[in-house]
Amino acid sequence: MKIKVIIFLHILFWGFISPQLPARGTYQEPQAFLEDVFDGSVPVVSKLWIQNETKQQVRSILGHDLGVLRVSYWREGERTAWILEEIGKSLPITVGIVINANKIEKVKILIFRESRGWEVRYPFYTDQFLNVKLKDKNELDKGIDGISGATLSVRAVNRLAVLSLYFHQLVTQ
Amino acid sequence: MSPLSLAQKKIIIILLALVVSPAIMGQVPSPEQMWQIIQEQQKAIELLKAKLEETESLASQNSDAVEITANAVEQVTIDINRGPDEFQRTSIGGYGELHYNNLSDDMLDDGDDSLDRTDYHRFVLYFGREFTENIRFFSEFELEHSLAGDGAPGEVELEQAWVEIDLNEAHTARAGLDILPIGIINPTHEPDTFYGVERNKVESEIIPATWWEAGIGMYGELAPGWNYDAVIHTGLSVPTIGSSTLRPRSGRTKVAQADDLGFASTGRIRYTGIPGLEISISGQYQSDITGTADNIDINATLLESHLIWQHHSGFGLRALYARWDYSDDPLLIPDSINAGTLDGWYLEPSYRFNLANSSWGDIGLFARYTQWDERNQIDGAHRFEEFKQMTTGVNWWPHDNVVFKFDVQWEDADGLVDRTLDGINLGLGYQF
Repeated sequence: MKIKVIIFLHILFWGFISPQLPARGTYQEPQAFLEDVFDGSVPVVSKLWIQNETKQQVRSILGHDLGVLRVSYWREGERTAWILEEIGKSLPITVGIVINANKIEKVKILIFRESRGWEVRYPFYTDQFLNVKLKDKNELDKGIDGISGATLSVRAVNRLAVLSLYFHQLVTQ
Repeated sequence: MSPLSLAQKKIIIILLALVVSPAIMGQVPSPEQMWQIIQEQQKAIELLKAKLEETESLASQNSDAVEITANAVEQVTIDINRGPDEFQRTSIGGYGELHYNNLSDDMLDDGDDSLDRTDYHRFVLYFGREFTENIRFFSEFELEHSLAGDGAPGEVELEQAWVEIDLNEAHTARAGLDILPIGIINPTHEPDTFYGVERNKVESEIIPATWWEAGIGMYGELAPGWNYDAVIHTGLSVPTIGSSTLRPRSGRTKVAQADDLGFASTGRIRYTGIPGLEISISGQYQSDITGTADNIDINATLLESHLIWQHHSGFGLRALYARWDYSDDPLLIPDSINAGTLDGWYLEPSYRFNLANSSWGDIGLFARYTQWDERNQIDGAHRFEEFKQMTTGVNWWPHDNVVFKFDVQWEDADGLVDRTLDGINLGLGYQF
């Protein structure tokens, strides 16, 4: 019993003094993300209307409607930045995605609200998306390995990656 | 845009007349006429400029109106989709499994235990509530085998009912009735998450999944990809007489008026820092696995370790080992029934692929070799023997959360046992 208590206290101690790695919460504010992406000179926001064929494609990619009439984006030449949300298990995950010349330049988890699946915020997962583009039928041209125990969060981020590439094609063609 | 006034129309007509009439008459306008034409043209230009400015202003106002309207419509849509705060904070989910087993018993000396059975094995509902951002409740309520009550084959069970509080953004405390952090199937047992109709024998007999206890503990993240669980909880109370003596699965009290239990503690370290890979090790110690009401005092430790690998190509692998070690008691020596150590392991390669890039979903093929210790179920000669099972089959997911299953199994055992079952299994499962 004494040994068990000591082990339990060690876990408490090391858990709390270890560098505070927030599993849930706001990792970066959306405005700060945009300032990082555009080196402080954030372009004027543009709007993409979600209607007709676009609406159908969104439904095909996400499995449901987006629930908004328009999506905001920021464009500088061939680069666009998107801040999108998708539900993992029960709460939305806010993701910032940058597309450059039809390839993913950056994926950043901005806000994670759920109590499980937070591993998707780490570069060992998001770096898999670098230089990924769309192929036929709105699929990524590269396989993305998931995170065990974070399946729903992984699926949500994957869907947003496809969606942002699709939107980028629409606004730059 | 307002229509042109009568005065504006007159000026334009006069201007046109001045320009056109000399051309019609074939005459060159005089300088005075040219000056008049220029002046009228200038007036027309000013009129058109004013009209253009008015049009641009109206367009801008319209754009603002559209923006305001769109924002309002979107907000209404968001509010409708989210629903009242009460609904937002309450979640409902669940899973279910229908099974068909057609299995032949190879060991007929002790009776024929063959199965030809259809069974709605599990119907489960989840209810959860977020009291605040940092305090939440979750529960799992289950009906087994369709019908519960006296003489009925089923059970109604409460498998989870806990409250957790975020201590900070990386660590959470949890208390209540909870599933222990051991194994693969034990914490994640929805039917669309594993291959095979029935849960594998190592996890159902050795671990023994699904295993829940009352307790208090913590979980969280120690470093990127490194997660932990630590919990102190009620223990098993395994029988000390009869054909299930020292059988772990028979020791689950399910927190149902569970009396005289010894306490236990379980810890787990899990690594998920490489996409597609999970490596986990769990350990548990129980001070008295037979319960505290009797005179038998057997300590027990459980060690479990597993690897899950799922590659984006579709190839997957699961490997798991679990082992109980029992201490001796003068009144009951586990080795006397071959139970000093009870262990098991399995290896399961698989391959999952999309059906020809169609909307028909995914197919998964798997094979699993399992070896585990289990009671022989022979009355009067109870002991544990080593069983082996080879299973191969297919899962079809028309949707990520819906699965149809088919598998074939061959079972064998060392020593004298009551049954080994060979045959086929069919299953349907879902979760939401």
